[in-house]
Order: sequence, then C-alpha cells, then structure tokens
Amino acid sequence: MSDITRLIIVAVGGQGNLLASSVLGEAALLAGIPLRMSEIHGMAQRGGVVESALVFGNAQSTIISDGEADVLVGFEPSETLRALNKCNARTVVITNLSPLPPFTVAIGKGVYPDITELQQLIRAKTARLIALNAVDLAKTAGNVLSVNMVLLGALIQTGILPVTADHVKTAIRTKTKAAFVEINTRAFDLGVTAASQQ
Amino acid sequence: MHKLLTDQPGATMVLLGNEAIARGAIEAGVAVATTYPGTPSSEISLNFFQISQESSLYFEYSTNEKVSLEVAAATANSGVRSMCVMKHVGLNVAADALMTLAYVGVKGGLVILTADDPFMFSSQNEQDNRYYGKLSGLAILEPSSVEEAKNMIPYAFELSEALQEPVIFRTTTRINHSTAPVTLGIIRERVCRGDFIKDPFNYVTVPAVSRKLHVKLLANLEKAAERSEVSPYNFISGKGAWGIICNGVSFAYLSDAIRDLDIQDKVKLLRIGFSHPLPQKMIKGFLGSCEKVLVVEEGEPYMEEAVKAFAQEAGLTLPINGKGKDLFSRLYEFNPRMVRQVVAAYFGVPCKLEPMVDLSNIPEIPQRPPNLCAGCSHRATFYAVKKAAEGLSTIYPTDIGCYTLGFLPPLGMGDFLICMGSSAGTSCGFSKVTDKKVVSFIGDSTFFHSGIPGLVNAVFNNHNFTFVILDNGITAMTGHQPNPGVDMGLMNLQGYGQISIEAVVRALGVPHVAVIQPYKVKKSIETLREAFNFKGVSVVIAQEMCTLYAKGFKKTKSRAYYVSDKCRNHRDCISQLACPAFFLDAEKVKIDPVMCAGCAVCAQICPENAILPVKA
Repeated sequence: MSDITRLIIVAVGGQGNLLASSVLGEAALLAGIPLRMSEIHGMAQRGGVVESALVFGNAQSTIISDGEADVLVGFEPSETLRALNKCNARTVVITNLSPLPPFTVAIGKGVYPDITELQQLIRAKTARLIALNAVDLAKTAGNVLSVNMVLLGALIQTGILPVTADHVKTAIRTKTKAAFVEINTRAFDLGVTAASQQ
Repeated sequence: MHKLLTDQPGATMVLLGNEAIARGAIEAGVAVATTYPGTPSSEISLNFFQISQESSLYFEYSTNEKVSLEVAAATANSGVRSMCVMKHVGLNVAADALMTLAYVGVKGGLVILTADDPFMFSSQNEQDNRYYGKLSGLAILEPSSVEEAKNMIPYAFELSEALQEPVIFRTTTRINHSTAPVTLGIIRERVCRGDFIKDPFNYVTVPAVSRKLHVKLLANLEKAAERSEVSPYNFISGKGAWGIICNGVSFAYLSDAIRDLDIQDKVKLLRIGFSHPLPQKMIKGFLGSCEKVLVVEEGEPYMEEAVKAFAQEAGLTLPINGKGKDLFSRLYEFNPRMVRQVVAAYFGVPCKLEPMVDLSNIPEIPQRPPNLCAGCSHRATFYAVKKAAEGLSTIYPTDIGCYTLGFLPPLGMGDFLICMGSSAGTSCGFSKVTDKKVVSFIGDSTFFHSGIPGLVNAVFNNHNFTFVILDNGITAMTGHQPNPGVDMGLMNLQGYGQISIEAVVRALGVPHVAVIQPYKVKKSIETLREAFNFKGVSVVIAQEMCTLYAKGFKKTKSRAYYVSDKCRNHRDCISQLACPAFFLDAEKVKIDPVMCAGCAVCAQICPENAILPVKA
C-alpha cells in the first residue's frame, strides 16, 4: 500500500473544494501520477457538506474507507472534526480554523465545538495537525474566496502528496480563472509558508 | 467546442464518469438522446444538452422517463442510434414502455442508461435495477470504472444492433461521480435521419402479434446469452483454487484487496460486466476449477442466486457465499476496507487493518443538513401555508424536489412522500378517509412529470384538498434543467413551446384556482386561507423564480436586509423561517449581506419591524 496516498477533503458547499480537487487532478496529470477521485456533491448548493476522496498511485478504488486516509484537509473546523472517522494514528490533518457554524446552531439545535478543544482532540488522535486561519490568509492574498488555495499550499508543504508545488502552481494557472491566478498563487504560497512554521 | 467533441483519438482527458459516458455515446455516433434528469445521472444529459447546441445531435429533456423512452423507441425503430438516460427509479416510470418495447425490439441501437444509487445519496430507495434485465428479457452491461464506462457504450450500441433489442446500461453513483483519466477513441459519424418501414404485424402489439413477438424476444435472449459467454467484459484474472465473482465498483475494491492481502497466487477473479443474461457456461467452468467461491456485488444477491443455481445444475457442491452474517450486506454501498476484511475472513488469510481513531470522546457536532437557499420562495410559501392553516389539523403530502427539504424543522412541511407525483394521488386517499385538512406540495417540473394525472383524478372523483404548486420556473434540484413550463428564451434558446400551469389547471376544471406571489406574505396567507376553506379540489400556484437560477440572470432584488436596533430578540425570523442568511452574533440575530437575496419575507414577519433594507 506504500505507493498509494489517500487524501480526503471536506468542506461546506461553496468553499471551493471541487476546484481544489480539480487543481490537484491536473497537478497529478502533470506529475505523471495516477489519480482517481470521487465526490459526493449532490446538495452542495444547499449548504450541505461536500466530501472529495483523492487516491494517488496505483489503486483502482476511488473512495477511501474509514480509518484509511493518509491526509485529511478540512476547510471548516467542525467538518474536520466530523471527518475524523476517516483518520488513523498516522494521518496528517490540515484544518482551517475559521468556523462556518451550521444553521442548526443558530436555531438552537446543537452547540458549535470549542476551537481549542477541537485542536487538542485532533492532535491527540492523529500524527500531526496543521491548523491555520485560511480565511485571514486568503484575505491577505487578496480574495477571501481563495481559502481553497491557502489550504492546498499547506497540503503541498507537508510533502505527503507525490506532486510538487510547481505542478500545483502550473495547474492553478490552467484550472482557475485568469483574473484570479495571481491571487490564487499568492494564497497558495501563504499556505506553504504558514504550514512550514508549524 | 465542447470538450467531449475533441477529435483526438489516443489523447488522455480527465473526466467525470458521467462525462466519460457521454463521450462514449459521442464516439458511438449517438444521434438522439432523451432524458428526465435525476441524480446521479444528471451530468450525462447536461453534456448532451450542451453538445446538441453545437452539433447535429438531437437532445431533449422529456416530460418524464416514460415519454423519454417512447421518444427513443421511435427514433431507434427508425434506424437512428438513440440513448435514453435516467436515474434508477426513473426506470420504474418507464417500465411500461420498456416491457413491451422488449417484445418489439429496435432497428438502430438503443441504449437505456439507468443510474442506481446504493446508499441513497440522493434517492428515495436503493433498488437494484439488474432485475429489470430478468423482468424484460433485455441484456444488461455494467462498467467497473470510469474508463470502462466510456469504452462500454459503443459496445452497448453494437450489441443492441446485433440483437435488435434495447440494451440496459447500469451504473452506480461511484461510477457516475468518480473522476479518472480516459483515453479518447475514434468518433463514429453521426447519422441523424432514419426511416420507419411500416410492419404493423410486428409493431402493433395486439395479443396475436405479441404472442409471436414473445417468441422472438426469447430467441433474442438466447443470442444474448451466447454473446455473454464470449463478451470481453466477462473475464477471469489471476490463478488459484479460491474464486471470487464480482461486478461493478466491487471489482476495483477487490483488485486493491487482493494486492493488499498478497493473495494474487491463490485467488481467481471472475468479473461480470455483461450481467444479463449471465455467461452460464463460463460461470460453471469457473466454479468447477474452484474449491470455494465468494460473490461480491452491491445490492441484491442477483448473481449469487444465479451462481448457486448453476452449481446445482453442474452437480457442484463447493461453498458459494455472498450475502449474509459476517459476509456482505444487501444494504448501502461497499468500500475498500469492508471488501478487504470480508475477503480475508472468508478465505482465512490475515488482514492488517489500520486501527481507527477512537471517537468516543468527540463532542457531538451540530448537524449540517442541506437547507433551502437564502431567499428561496419555497420557504416563503411554506411559512404562508403554516400561518393560513393555524388552528387546522393538517396532513402535508409532499413531492420530489428542493421543497422536499421543507419537511425539516423548523418548517416541518412534509408528512408523506413515496415517489414523483405522489403528492396528488396520496392527497386523494388521505382526504377520503381522514377528517384532517390535506394540503399538498408539488414543484413545476414534478407537476408536469406525473402530478397531472393525480390532479385529474381529484377533479373527476371530487376529492377535497388544497394542491399547492411551487412554480419556481425551473427544475432546480437536479441543477436547473428546463421543463415544459420554463421560458427557454431566458436561456437564449428558440424553438420551444411554454405551457402555463395555470391554464392547465383551469382546463382540467379545478373549481378553485388562485395564484400567489409568495414574497407578499400577508396576501399569500389570505389567498391560501380562502383555498383551505373551499370544499373540493383547490389549487394555489406560488410563482417566484428560483433564487439560485435568478442569480444567473442578475434578476434578484439586489438590496440586502439588516437587523436594526429596533430588534427585541423575539427571533421569529430565525426560529420560524430558518433562512441560512441569519446567524447569531453575541446572542443577537444578524443577516449575512452576501447571502441575503433581498426577498424581504423576514422583514414582513418581524413583530418590531426591525428588519430593514441596507441603504444603497
């Protein structure tokens, strides 16, 4: 199983998860690494959770079982915690720390988890947690919508995926809108730097 | 040019399964494609729709799956290669056409795609449509991967023409919604014109004709069985005395499991891609060379039961298992770990599984169910119905679309749902035998799909309920596809008709008809109350364009609203409407100005009139 890397990305509809997957797909093609993906995105536009599974290497499966992700990237902290069932003790977790509380919290049907406790829990159960405020970094880059690129930067910095920062930057140029390439690239670099400092 | 029309045989393209299927059809020279949209099949049709706007491909969004198949039955019997695409439950709607079309057969190739949805990611059931092969006597093909799905479509057309019968192409969600590199093939020239040669004694299915056609169907089934025996899509890989028989996505999980468990030299794999009729001789030969066999298939024990019967005929007594305790379930979808575990346990080999994270001390995480969009007119209608029905004991039959989400709290509008169009029919029954006020909901597309017959029934049999038609001008749930009520001019498309729901309802003789604009809350409540007081069938049509769709035309009311200092924290807005644009900040309600669609419904219900438009 050593030549296979399994990545789960969880996000809330509208956070740009599918674009991030598409950039990684292109980067893998450039790197000559086989990649299969699957997505559950039926209700993305209705505020639901979007989950992508990306399997790099010579596997045939396009989905990732519970306990079998090598990396988990969460675009929203409570969704990162919810996806912990995909992890094991060797999993590296990357999470955005900026919450998007689900609507159920606003109508009193649940309590949003404490962000500090959330990080302690993930840290205790997995190999490594990289936690960053991707929204702030995206704003620094010039567009709050480039949260996805910040998190891609942090992901690539870990060196777990068999694709390089150059592959991803090339993919950002071909897969994201021309007007946003500069901001997206900057957001990606900010993610790389932020992760390297943790 | 549409990317799926790229004429570069041998080139590699990363495609979604549904794109790969559409590409396969293009390579096969498909000339007519029909559909009623349904997840997980919707993107196949979306690609056909786009391609039809820049090529000679004829594509249509039909009123429902039955009509869709009838259109394709005629084009295929005029010698034109045709494809009909639907989700699994759509084939139930089309089944009446399917069963006798199998008797009649086709001249040009006809591929009927049914997208099954194990685990019900976006469906009301997880029925296994392989049984439609047995029921109808038609051949079934099932791919195991995105790449294979593309390659199998041209084969399906050739098979259909060789057998002179439609071919059922069955996928599952994990094929439709997976993405992988695909190698492009040669695009066959599209032949769009055909001819229908009269032959009533083979085409008009009166009993005397059908008795003869059934004989023909059985003969064709024999031919299909011979082809299944030699099909490249039924193959054996590996070697050893243990046997595994599988289909669909399970093949991918098994390929990984066999490698991970390092049992390549011990186990043979029979992959079934041509699953009706099954390759009986091939399976018997396979069983004869095995000591023990495991059948790996999501859904029902379709192959397992057949394989056991074949073993009995061949006088073989080896253990054959599939579904059961400590084996596989008939429920939901499989995954790689589950398949690895069952294979290891069944054949008695060690299986190292990564221990899962201990989740016992994880706090309860608030649910994030999908919600009606900010400014969705359905929310406004549901609120108005709730207010108008205050004091009444009610039953709310609902239907299939975005508005089904209205059954969730706090709206709680939706009490019964079984299938497309069921709101109308079930309302007749509920109102007949209960003393409650029945108010049912149906969307515009679902009304045209199968709501009309239920309403006709209500008028004829003089039932007593209020039928609320939520007309948001588009088929929103599956991604904004057209339906017969849609103004196609908005999409810059000419040559379509447009049917007024109000005119249809009035023409059916519904005795009480009213139209509301749901953003006008007070007026809507009054109009609904009048309809509820009417004894007999009343129809209220709520007209307001889907906010998401309207955004595409910049037709939304641009001004957002905010909560002013006048707010006394009643929270009627948030607790009764549950619009996702609301959030709590230091226990005070706020409105996200980016999400707010400016519908102003909350402003109308605030007891303090505290919700005001943001000044320009």
